[in-house]
Amino acid sequence: MSAREAAARVRPDVIPEPSLVARLLNSRNFLGFIFMLPLAILLLVFLTYPLGLGVWLAMTNQRIGGEGFFIGLANFEFLVRDDVFRLSVFNTVLYTVIASVFKFGLGLWLALVLNERVPFKALIRAVVLLPWIIPTVLSAIAFWWIYDSQFSIISWSLVKLGLIDEYIDFLGRPNWARASVIIANIWRGIPFVAISLLAGLQTISPTLYEAAVLDGASPWQKFRYVTFPQLTPIIAVVMTFSVIFTFTDFQLIYVLTRGGPVNSTHLMATLAFQRAIPGGSLGEGAAIASAMIPILAAAILISFFGLQKRKWQSE
Amino acid sequence: MSGFTRRDVFRLGAAGVVAGTVGAPGLASAQEQKWAPEKGAKLRVLRWTKFVPGDQTGFEENTKKFTEATGVPVELEYQSWEDIRPKAAVAANVGSGPDIIFGWYDDAHQYPDKLVDVTDVADYLGKKYEGWVPAAKAYGTRKNRWICLPFGASGQCLAYRKSYLEQAGFKEFPKNFDDYLKMAQALKKANHPIGFALGHAVGDGSGWTHQLIWSFGGKMVDENNKVAINSPETIKALEYVKELAANFVPGTASWLDPHNNKAFLSDLVSVTNNGISIWVAAKNDKNPMTDDIFHAPYPVGPIGKPTELHLLTSAMIFKYSKYPKAAKAYMAFMFEDPQYTKWQAASIGYFTHTLNYYDKNPIWTSDPKITPYRDTMKRMLPNGYAGTMGYASAAVMADYILLDMVAEAALGSASPKDAAANAERKARRYYG
Repeated sequence: MSAREAAARVRPDVIPEPSLVARLLNSRNFLGFIFMLPLAILLLVFLTYPLGLGVWLAMTNQRIGGEGFFIGLANFEFLVRDDVFRLSVFNTVLYTVIASVFKFGLGLWLALVLNERVPFKALIRAVVLLPWIIPTVLSAIAFWWIYDSQFSIISWSLVKLGLIDEYIDFLGRPNWARASVIIANIWRGIPFVAISLLAGLQTISPTLYEAAVLDGASPWQKFRYVTFPQLTPIIAVVMTFSVIFTFTDFQLIYVLTRGGPVNSTHLMATLAFQRAIPGGSLGEGAAIASAMIPILAAAILISFFGLQKRKWQSE
Repeated sequence: MSGFTRRDVFRLGAAGVVAGTVGAPGLASAQEQKWAPEKGAKLRVLRWTKFVPGDQTGFEENTKKFTEATGVPVELEYQSWEDIRPKAAVAANVGSGPDIIFGWYDDAHQYPDKLVDVTDVADYLGKKYEGWVPAAKAYGTRKNRWICLPFGASGQCLAYRKSYLEQAGFKEFPKNFDDYLKMAQALKKANHPIGFALGHAVGDGSGWTHQLIWSFGGKMVDENNKVAINSPETIKALEYVKELAANFVPGTASWLDPHNNKAFLSDLVSVTNNGISIWVAAKNDKNPMTDDIFHAPYPVGPIGKPTELHLLTSAMIFKYSKYPKAAKAYMAFMFEDPQYTKWQAASIGYFTHTLNYYDKNPIWTSDPKITPYRDTMKRMLPNGYAGTMGYASAAVMADYILLDMVAEAALGSASPKDAAANAERKARRYYG
């Protein structure tokens, strides 16, 4: 030790033992931790805490403006026996499944079309994004007029064309209302799927297609054996997001029907709001919202692992 | 301008007279003495966004006058009326927010312990202004103490097209439900159907359905808060609804609050329930149908007395307020003549008063079309009738239980008996 100190004194160019701070700043693990800390705090404060609070509230009988006590799973037992809640679960699943299937099919088709050589490509791609960009409340109000029982442009056109005699009651009959809100949701969701898949399509190497052509592949075979396998990772991510957005939809229903007629378009999100805020049963509303978590998690796992399987196997 | 009440006030003592000479003009003497604002007081007041333009300007002018008279600055905040309910509840919960909030329906009864007792203000106003309307007292009091000050109701009447009714053979608007049904059938035949919201329309939908069920003797709960909706009276009412709704314009199942206004103003329906705003809108737009629009109270049903439900707003002073005296002084001031008279006139009869004295407001007789709205508060039954107001009454209303029951029967998706049974099952979840 002393020899080393002496050496350092004698030879100033010898590097001294680095300080603790300096060593920490050179440690990959420590730096990694420090750099991740702000994000971790953000996640904790803005994601984990509200989620945890929501789940906690779901297990209390908290009312707005009153006191709440822990009641375990009583809210959920209560909900299972509630027709309106069961109906809202059915509506939500129906809404999500049908809308997601159509959004995927039509979105993929649109992406394939846009990937071909079309005139004014950039402009068309920008226009396609519009339904996704405008605020949902605005497009919902547009649909509100389109589906209006007295002023609907669709009914008006069909009547003028002599195809029907009476205005269609789009939002007044349960199944028509369900179909109408699903169509509005599909219209809004397609651009997101299409543009994301288009981005995926453009990453596929042209050499793969050249090879396929040399092997004498038909257009269908090119899609089936080149495009689709290459696209599956993107599809997994896009459809996961799409399912989440659809499953948690609120604004569209709230503007168009408020869950009517007779609750036939109530989704879990709209019912949760109705019970929690105007109804004042914060605990019950939180329970409805929490009941969405396992269903959502299952949907995400299926779409993620199901669609990525092929990729893992090939690696 | 009732001489008696003035004298009555002065009889309260010399203090009133002294204050009258010292105080600024326009500020009633006794009230200034009673609730002298705290030093450095300032108030935050949350109220609804206007339905008719005059309401807001009239309200703001009165508030300005209060500030001039007392030196207490008042900050007015506005929110859409449906958003006030959660805001007020959160304020009650966390113990901070505006000093005064104008809540709706039975809000005050959800958190009565968080509100300042305003019995003194209510007694003072009641004595001076010929008493409170009974429905206002029902909303304002809990165990004989006043917890809020019912300020005014956005009353509903039936707006109708006189010429169409005459075509259908009705010189006057029907006063009972038998004639009312005949009128609906005749109007449908004449191709001018009636229309009432059957979708989740918070104001209009709840308004006409409660009136109808109540007028047949049906009620969600009895006096002991026991669910009583599945009764022969309710089923009779639902059978009536079924017949009546057969004459509605197609598409009312999806109607929300704005739909009936649009349909009426587009000449698609001849009768609907609404505040005075349809007629006001027609008048402002110089719509040619304006002169043909008339208003009538709802017909009276088999039980023989009016049973209407109107959107009532009440001022609540929260216990967390640092300036409860200033808040009381402000509320008393807003209720006093001439402030209230002016505000009511500015909103062209959109709000019906809760103090009998304002029956005399000239606005009510300025146009016979406004007169039917004068008495809406007197024809009103409180939320949660015949039980007490509170958490359950608010939850049942928010869940559209009665409205959905009527819609099920009207649309034929359930028989009247099943619809009543469904409603009973849903209501039991809240009333136990």
